[in-house]
Amino acid sequence: MLKDEDRIFKNLYNDLGWDIESAVTRGDWSQTKDHISKGKDWIIKEIKDSELRGRGGAGFPTGLKLSFAPKRVGSRPHYLVINADESEPGTCKDRDILRFEPQKLIEGCLITSYAISAHTCYIYIRGEYFREGQILQEAINQSYQKNFLGKNACDSGWNLDIYLHYGAGAYICGEETALLESLEGKKGLPRLKPPFPALVGLYGCPTIVNNVETIAVVPTILRRGAKWFASLGKPKNTGTKIFCISGDVNNPCNVEEEMSIPLKDLIEKHAGGVVGGWNNLQAVIPGGSSMPLLPKSVCETIEMDFDSLIKAKSGLGTAGVVVINKDQDIIKCIARIAKFYKHESCGQCTPCREGCGWMWRMLERMAEGDATYKEIDLLYDVTKQIEGHTICAFGEGAAWPVQGLLRHFRKEIEKRSHEEPVIKKKSNIPYLIDQHLLEKDSA
Amino acid sequence: MPKVLVNNKEVEFEEGMTVLQACELAGAEIPRFCYHERLSIAGNCRMCLVELEKSPKPIASCAMPATDGMKIKTNTPFVDKARKGVMEFLLANHPLDCPVCDQGGECDLQDQSLFYGFDHSRYTENKRQVNEKYMGPLIKTEMTRCIHCTRCIRFATEVAGIPELGAIGRGEDMEITTYLEKSMESELSANVIDLCPVGALTSKPYAFEARPWDLKKTETIDVMDAVGSNIRVDTYGWEVKRVLPRVNEDINEEWISDKTRYACDGLLKQRLDSPYIRENGILQKSSWEQALKLLISKLQSFKPNEVAGLVGDLADLEMIYSFKSFFEKCIGSTNLECRQDRIYINPQERMNYIFNSSINGIEDCDFILLVGTNPRLEATILNARIRKAYIKNKLKIYSIGDAGDLTYPYQNIGSNTSIIREIVTGSHEISHKIKNAKKPIIIIGDSALYGKSGKYVFETLKKFLSDNNFVKKDWNALNILTQQASRVGAIDLGVHSINETENFSFFDKLDNDDFKLVYLLGVDNINFDKKNKFVIYQGSHGDKGAEIADIILPGAAYTEKNGLFINLEGKLQSAYKASYPPGDAREDWVIFKDLANMMKKPLGYNNAKNLRESINKLIQTKINNNVKKTNEVDFIGENILVKPIDYYYTNSIARSSKVMSECRQISKRYLFTGIEKAS
Repeated sequence: MLKDEDRIFKNLYNDLGWDIESAVTRGDWSQTKDHISKGKDWIIKEIKDSELRGRGGAGFPTGLKLSFAPKRVGSRPHYLVINADESEPGTCKDRDILRFEPQKLIEGCLITSYAISAHTCYIYIRGEYFREGQILQEAINQSYQKNFLGKNACDSGWNLDIYLHYGAGAYICGEETALLESLEGKKGLPRLKPPFPALVGLYGCPTIVNNVETIAVVPTILRRGAKWFASLGKPKNTGTKIFCISGDVNNPCNVEEEMSIPLKDLIEKHAGGVVGGWNNLQAVIPGGSSMPLLPKSVCETIEMDFDSLIKAKSGLGTAGVVVINKDQDIIKCIARIAKFYKHESCGQCTPCREGCGWMWRMLERMAEGDATYKEIDLLYDVTKQIEGHTICAFGEGAAWPVQGLLRHFRKEIEKRSHEEPVIKKKSNIPYLIDQHLLEKDSA
Repeated sequence: MPKVLVNNKEVEFEEGMTVLQACELAGAEIPRFCYHERLSIAGNCRMCLVELEKSPKPIASCAMPATDGMKIKTNTPFVDKARKGVMEFLLANHPLDCPVCDQGGECDLQDQSLFYGFDHSRYTENKRQVNEKYMGPLIKTEMTRCIHCTRCIRFATEVAGIPELGAIGRGEDMEITTYLEKSMESELSANVIDLCPVGALTSKPYAFEARPWDLKKTETIDVMDAVGSNIRVDTYGWEVKRVLPRVNEDINEEWISDKTRYACDGLLKQRLDSPYIRENGILQKSSWEQALKLLISKLQSFKPNEVAGLVGDLADLEMIYSFKSFFEKCIGSTNLECRQDRIYINPQERMNYIFNSSINGIEDCDFILLVGTNPRLEATILNARIRKAYIKNKLKIYSIGDAGDLTYPYQNIGSNTSIIREIVTGSHEISHKIKNAKKPIIIIGDSALYGKSGKYVFETLKKFLSDNNFVKKDWNALNILTQQASRVGAIDLGVHSINETENFSFFDKLDNDDFKLVYLLGVDNINFDKKNKFVIYQGSHGDKGAEIADIILPGAAYTEKNGLFINLEGKLQSAYKASYPPGDAREDWVIFKDLANMMKKPLGYNNAKNLRESINKLIQTKINNNVKKTNEVDFIGENILVKPIDYYYTNSIARSSKVMSECRQISKRYLFTGIEKAS
C-alpha cells in the first residue's frame, strides 16, 4: 500500500478543495522558481532519472520525449500540447486531475514548457468534460491572477500562456497527431509518421504532446527528487499511478497506488472486491478497453506495471481496470467494445475502416451463437490483418481486445458455434453443369 | 548519393525520395492506390507496405522517406501477407460488379487483385451500400465502389485549386461527396475520373459506350486552346468515343481540361458532309465538281486584290500552308489574315507572339504579372501550372485588369494602361518588384492587345523587359497568351497582312468593303458585315461561318487528319489521324491541291510528305530569324477589360457538343469559387 505522504494527488477525492489557495497550502507552486532557475537540462535529467513513463497508454519514457524537442528555438516557435482528450472506456483518471488538482497540471505545464522552450501551451480537453473544462479555466484564471502564468510566470523569467481547447467528442482525437489536426481546426485524422510531432507538429512547429497525468506529476518529482520517485515501484516501472477500477466490483473508484501493485490487492483492498466474491471473477481488462483481457488465472498473481503486463500479453495502457465477473457474457462484452471501435474508426486507412466493422459483426453473431467454427480462425486472421498495418495505433487498439478474447475464451466461442451448414453431403455434383437439370422435377 | 538496399540490390537515390520511389528505381514494383506522384501523400490505402529491416511492422513505402543504408524487402512472404490482408479489406465492401462497370479493363483494383486477391471471398456479411452523389454532367458516380483513396479530394484541393470535394462521416460510413450535391465547378474536374483507381468516378457521357479493349487508340494533339495538350483519342469505328490525357511533362503533365475531354461529341454533330451552294438564298447540296467549278469561276471574276482569305482557330499547318500557297500561286492575292479577333501582333520576331518562358518555366518563376488575361478560361492547363508555382514558390501574383475568378489569390492593381506607364517609369511599386525578381513572368493576354492601346501595351512592356535584361536566352519574361490553336503557326507561316506601319490593314479593307470575295477557312468566331461579298466557307462544322456562306466545302476536323500544330510556346507537335471525315468531306490541303490542279496552276506538292518538307523549311527560317528591335510607342490611355469568355462555347466543335452545352448551362449558376483572398 502506498503511504499517505507519498501520494502525489492528495485531493483526488476533493476533500481539500480545488481552488488555488487550497492547492498552495498542499504544496503546489512551491519551489517552482528554484526548479526553473536550475535550467532546462537539469529538469529533463531529473525526469529521465525518475524513469517516469507516459501515462497516456503507450508508456513512452517522458524524459526522452522531452529531449526530442530541438535544443534551440529556430524560426518556428515550440509548443506544448496537453492531451486531456480522455476517451478510453474504463478510464477517468485525467478527469479527477482536471477538476480536483488543476494546479498540479498548470504547474507541470509551466515547468515542461520551460524545459522544451515553449511559450504557448494548449490543453486539448475532451468536449464532454464541459464542467471539468470550466473548473480548469477558472484554475488557469486564478493562476494568471497570482502571476503564476503570463509574463514572467511565477517570477521565473519565463513567459507562458495556456489556452484551453474543447474537442468535439471523437475518440481518435486522443491520438496525438489527430489531436494536432483537430487543434488546427481540421478533421481529426491521424498524420503520417515520420515526421514526428517533436519536429513537425502543431502548425508545422516542434510540438511535445503529453498526457495530463504525466505532466501533473512532474512538479512533485522535482520537489521530492527523482530518487524518491524511482524508489517507488519496480525499476523502469516507477512511481505512482492512478488506477480506475470499474465494472463488477463492489466499490468502483479511482485510486492512486504504487506501480507494480498486485491486481488482486487493487481489487480486493480498494474496490471492495469482485461482486459475488473473487471466485466469481471471469476476466479483467487491465488497461482500458484497448488492452487484451486477462483470465482469472493470470489475475491471481499479475502485478500492475507496464512490463509485467506486456509479459502477460496485455498492457497497462491507461490503467483503467475493468472487472468482468461470471454474470457477464464475455463475448458480448468484447462485441460491445468492438462496436465502439467500429464507431470511432476515423475511416482514413483501409484495414481499420473495413476491419473494425467486420470484427464487430462477426462477434455479434458469435455472441448470438450464429457463427461457424471456421469463422473463429477468420476473426483471428482479421485482427492480425488490422494490427500493424494502419497509420496510427487505433488498429492495434481495436484488434487487441478481440485477440485477447480469442486467446483466453476460444472454448467459450466454440461452445456456441456450429459446423458450417452443408446442403448435400456426398452429393458429388459435377462442376459446370446447370444445377436445375439435376433436380428430379425438371428432368 | 545515398544508397538503399532493395531486395539485396543496391540502388542510389536522390535526397528527399520516398521508399516507394527508391524501390521503383531498383525495379521492384509496388502496388498502390492512394499514392500519385503529382498529388500530396496520403498514405491511407496501405497497399504499398514493404518490409524494413529492424522494423517489427511493415511500413507504408509511399510515406516513408528513404534514408541512407535502409534495407528494404518487397518480395517476402511477410510483405505478401500484409498486402493480401489489405486487398481483402478493400474487396470486402467492394461490390465486384466488374461486368457492368465502366472501369473494367483499366481498373487498378482489378489488376492488383489478380496478384494479391484471395480466390474466394471470406466476407459473409452484408456489403455496404453508398448512395450515389451528383457531381455534375461529366462525372458519373457509383460510390459503393469507392475505396476511399482520397485522390479526387487531393486533386480538387491541390491541382484544380477549388476545394469542392471532401469526405464526410467517419469509419466505414465515410463518403466522398461534393458536400451540397452540386456540380463540380473546376474546368479540370473530369481528371478525377482518370485519377480514380476504381469505378467510383466514371465518365458520364461515355457511360456504357464501349469497352477499353475494343477501342482504337490514337495519340494526338488537342486544339481546344493554344496549349496543345497531348491527348489520346479512342475511336470505335468512325466515332470518337472519348479523349484521354497523355503524359507530357513540358505541357499538360497528365491533366486535360474538361473542354478538351468532352467536346469530342461535337465531332459527331452538325457536321458538313457534302458541298453546298447557295441558290436563291437557300443552301443546296451539290457535288464537289459543281462546287469547285463555281468557286473557280467566281475567283476568276474578281481582281486578285478583291479576294481575301481568313484562317480560323482550329487550322493545322498543312491547311494554312496550302491555303497560303493557293492564294499566292493561283489567285495572286496577299490579302490573308489569321487574327479573327483583331488584336495587335508584331510578327517581326518570333518571341513577339509566343509564350517565351515556356509552360515548364512557370514553375521556376518568382513573380507573375497578368496583363489583361484570365488564364483559367483562356488556357486552363497553363493556369494549373501557375497554381502549382503559387503553391511551390509562394509567389505573389498581380493582374492589370480584373481577371475574374482564378484558382489562386491575386492582386488587381487597376486596369488603366497608365499603370503600365507608371511601371515603366518606375513610379509604381510593382516596378521594383519586377526589377528585383530573378525570374519574373509577364503574361499579356488577348484582351490587353485588343483596341487602340494594344500596340502601346505590348511594345512598352517589351522595351521595359529588355531594358531590364529580362529578355535573354536563358530567361525571357515576355509572354503572349494566345487562345487559338492555329495562331502561332499561322504567324510563323506568314498568314497576316502586317507591315511596318499598318497592323490592321486587312480589317480596314474588310470594313470598307474593299473585298468582293472572302474565303473563310474554318472561321466561325468573326463578326463582319457580309453585304454583297461572296463568302466561301471551308470547314468541318455547320456553325456561324457556314451560315453566311455562299459555297460550303466540307473539311476534316482535328481528329480526322494528320496535321502539324504549333502551340503557344512555339512547340511544333504532330497530330495523327484517329478517324476519317464524314460523308464527302475531305482533308483540307487536298481540297486546295485539287482546286489548283483544276485551275492548271499546281502548288508544287502532291503528297503529304512533300508538303511537310516545305512547311518545315519555312518554319526553320522563321525560327532562325533574329531581328532584335524595340519600339517607342506613344502612350494611349485606355482601360484594359478582360473579355468575358464563354468557356464551353469557344469554337465550332464545342458549340456542337451536347455535353458542353450542359456544362455551360450549369456554369451560369456558379458563384465565386472561394479562393482565399490576397492580402
